[in-house]
Amino acid sequence: MITIAFYFFAVLITLLFLVTVMSKNVLYAMTSLAAGMVLISGLFFILGADFLGVVQLIVYVGAVMALYSFAMMFFDVNKDVKEKNGSAATVFLLGGAIALMLVLVFSAPMIGQGAASLYPQVAGATNPQAVGLVLFTKYLVPFEVAAVMLLVAMIAGIILAGKKMDLSLSTTEEEILDETQGGDK
Amino acid sequence: MIGLSHYLILSGILFSIGLIGVLRRKNLLMLFFATEIMLNAANIAFAAISSHYHDMAGQMFAFFVIAVAASEVAVGLGLLVILYKKYGTLDLDMYTVMRG
Amino acid sequence: MENLVYIALFAPLVGSLFAALFGMQKKNAITGIVTSMLLFISFVASAILFNHVMTVGPVHVRMMDWIMAGDMLIPFGFLVDQVSVTMMTVVTLVSTVVHIYSNGYMDHDKSFNRFFSYLSAFVFSMMVLVMSDNFLGLFIGWEGVGVCSWLLIGFWYHKEDVSREVNPSISPSWAANEAFIMNRIADLGMLIGIFILYWNIGSLQYDVVFAALPNLSDGILVAAAVALFIGAMGKSAQFPLHTWLTDAMEGPTPVSALIHAATMVTAGVFLVIRANPLYSMEAVHWVSYFIASLGTFVAIFAASMALVNRDLKRIIAFSTLSQLGYMFAAAGLGAYWIALFHLAAHAFFKALLFLGAGNVMHAMDGELDIFKMGGLKKVMRWTYLYMGLASLALSGIGIAGIGFAGYFSKDAIIETAFNEHTYILWVILVVTAGLTAFYSFRQVFLTFHGNERYHEIGAHPHEMYTYVLIGMSPLAILAVIAGFFQDWFEHFVTALLPEYHMSEHTHHLSWILGLIVIAFAVGGIVLAYVKYNRGLKRNEKLEHSFVYKLLANQYYIPILYEKIFSQPYAALSKFSWAVLDQKVVDATVDGIGHIIKSTGDNTRKIQTGNLSDYLRWMAGGALLLVVIAFVAFKLSQGAN
Repeated sequence: MITIAFYFFAVLITLLFLVTVMSKNVLYAMTSLAAGMVLISGLFFILGADFLGVVQLIVYVGAVMALYSFAMMFFDVNKDVKEKNGSAATVFLLGGAIALMLVLVFSAPMIGQGAASLYPQVAGATNPQAVGLVLFTKYLVPFEVAAVMLLVAMIAGIILAGKKMDLSLSTTEEEILDETQGGDK
Repeated sequence: MIGLSHYLILSGILFSIGLIGVLRRKNLLMLFFATEIMLNAANIAFAAISSHYHDMAGQMFAFFVIAVAASEVAVGLGLLVILYKKYGTLDLDMYTVMRG
Repeated sequence: MENLVYIALFAPLVGSLFAALFGMQKKNAITGIVTSMLLFISFVASAILFNHVMTVGPVHVRMMDWIMAGDMLIPFGFLVDQVSVTMMTVVTLVSTVVHIYSNGYMDHDKSFNRFFSYLSAFVFSMMVLVMSDNFLGLFIGWEGVGVCSWLLIGFWYHKEDVSREVNPSISPSWAANEAFIMNRIADLGMLIGIFILYWNIGSLQYDVVFAALPNLSDGILVAAAVALFIGAMGKSAQFPLHTWLTDAMEGPTPVSALIHAATMVTAGVFLVIRANPLYSMEAVHWVSYFIASLGTFVAIFAASMALVNRDLKRIIAFSTLSQLGYMFAAAGLGAYWIALFHLAAHAFFKALLFLGAGNVMHAMDGELDIFKMGGLKKVMRWTYLYMGLASLALSGIGIAGIGFAGYFSKDAIIETAFNEHTYILWVILVVTAGLTAFYSFRQVFLTFHGNERYHEIGAHPHEMYTYVLIGMSPLAILAVIAGFFQDWFEHFVTALLPEYHMSEHTHHLSWILGLIVIAFAVGGIVLAYVKYNRGLKRNEKLEHSFVYKLLANQYYIPILYEKIFSQPYAALSKFSWAVLDQKVVDATVDGIGHIIKSTGDNTRKIQTGNLSDYLRWMAGGALLLVVIAFVAFKLSQGAN
């Protein structure tokens, strides 16, 4: 059952991500990306990382994808992106070679078999409980730091994107923009 | 039976797909998508190892990766907005001001 | 006593450093006074040590361990025994006089302070040289005096080079370099000698080395003796390394008196005396004989050049060379104490002679040509007296046990040559004694007697400052009376040096031998008197004769050296510069630069400014790393 589920998810995720990477249409790409993310959360559930799967759904599929879709609307790229993909061969060669290497490395026999776990899962605890136990004891400081980082990122995002929001992009000449930005400093 | 290697190989393949995306696409937004793919590939590996060793450290890392990814998107999109305002395009080939 | 050793040694250093503080400033009389005072203190300490050595015995202090590497242990120690204390006393006495003299002589020089700094540094180096209890310390002092000599010969370094015809020394800086380089050549020999001793004995302490000498094979002994003597040849300006000494007269006259007459140039003799256990070995007797022969040769060789020279200081320099030859003759024949005795006596009268020459030079506004002087005795009575006394001492005037310093010391050397049955050496030395008397008094008569030729060049001679003349008096007194201490001195130093007695046969004949020498010396003086007392009568025919020209041009040796060594070396240097350096070394360096530059030029295309390209490069690099890691891992597994 798990085997079927894994292969199902694996194949679908791979295909969807390939669409993301290859598609000329940003909307398709984004949609397939979101779908892939959802399926990845499925993998997490299989792995018993329930909480991670939920976070994946909420953060990625919820927040990040929403941001991207807003950005897409802002940039008005809901049309085919014209790209010059010069040496596709190089790209695929590089990607393929790295994939090959990674597969080779990962399929090699494990040598860290006897590695002791640093924070063993507490017996009997559900996954969210276990996560909470570790996150709020050993990883409390990184957790707080991550919170601050998110706050900083939010403020940065607002400030970066929020500048000159009142100026109309379609009517502004580049020079004027440069000028106003220079004067803003 | 699905073992750790399966997940890791899947993670490797997805990472390579993301890499191809990063290398191939010229639209900055698409580059961001590809980056997300790579991050997710890493997350899969983390979760798989965590599960394999019954150790929470892997999942913790995955959480932090997600947090970083979220921040990255927020800041990155802000920067994209500025770039778009300045150049009117998101095409990487147009940003060759640092040509040596 | 230990403190006295340090006072005697370091007082000149303190003086030097003190004077160096004012080195770049204009004349400050205090530097001269302080350095002279410190030198006097050093002299007093040396004198007390002299008395101590005489009454109690040698003092040996070990200041610190100097070089400790593996089995190599070289302590920094000082040995004050009969030989070194004699040298110390002579050196500090002459140095004190010269310092006092320099206060007057260098009065108008703008580098007054610098001069005293160098001069005291020289005395310090010389003290290290004579006081060290091992060969390496001696070598340090040896090099130290070499450096100070270089600094002082080239003291007036700002003078321009002129041609050899105008000034045989070309320029002070040229002369300084010549002296320094020639000494380097000799020092290599000395260094090799020290190495030979260390390799075979494992120590450089005098006592250890001398005790171990009988265990060494003949070949090693000969090699060490020859190598050390080469060092001595350079420092004491023996043929063929003699040309620098006359050129060194470019330095200020006090320097000539102190360094190039009384102290440094005798270091070579000191070395041979110091290493007398080595040179007395049966295996090296022919080396010693060679030293004696070379010394004898240099004695007459230098004296012959002095006969025709017109330069006041150069005549005295040749005379120094000649007297050094005498010393080596004595040392080579085994009469070490006589060599040391002549060294001390010579230091007194030769320094006096030089200082007198300095007075004349000062009076004549730097003019040194004795053909342009004459009749100076009227205005320079005291200088005349001093130089006359010194010349008498140099000529070895005296009879029946009463005479000037040179009479005792030089006669003893000549007698030694007779005693050793080396009659050829004896004849040469006797003839040289006659030549010495002739050129000394030729110089005295031409300078102080006869018509006053200096009016032609518009000089207004004047006597030196009184305090300078008083300061010179100790040397004058010693030049007269030093000889009377001969027996006492012999008794004192033969406690350390091997005794040397004339055979019965010689003893019986000694009065005849003495008479012969005196006859030659007086003959020389009379000849000089006849020829020059009335004034200068130039003999054109003689001056154009081949022999005269040969002697006046120093046997053409400086020119020969220039043709054989300097010019080919210059050509070689030019070749090295033009071909080896510019075409090989520079080209290599430039080539590396070109490679890097062209690499940069070619690879800057990578820098497209396009993020995609950068990402591709990055991916390629990452791939490379992964591959390397993977392969390395596989290889390491395969190795297991």
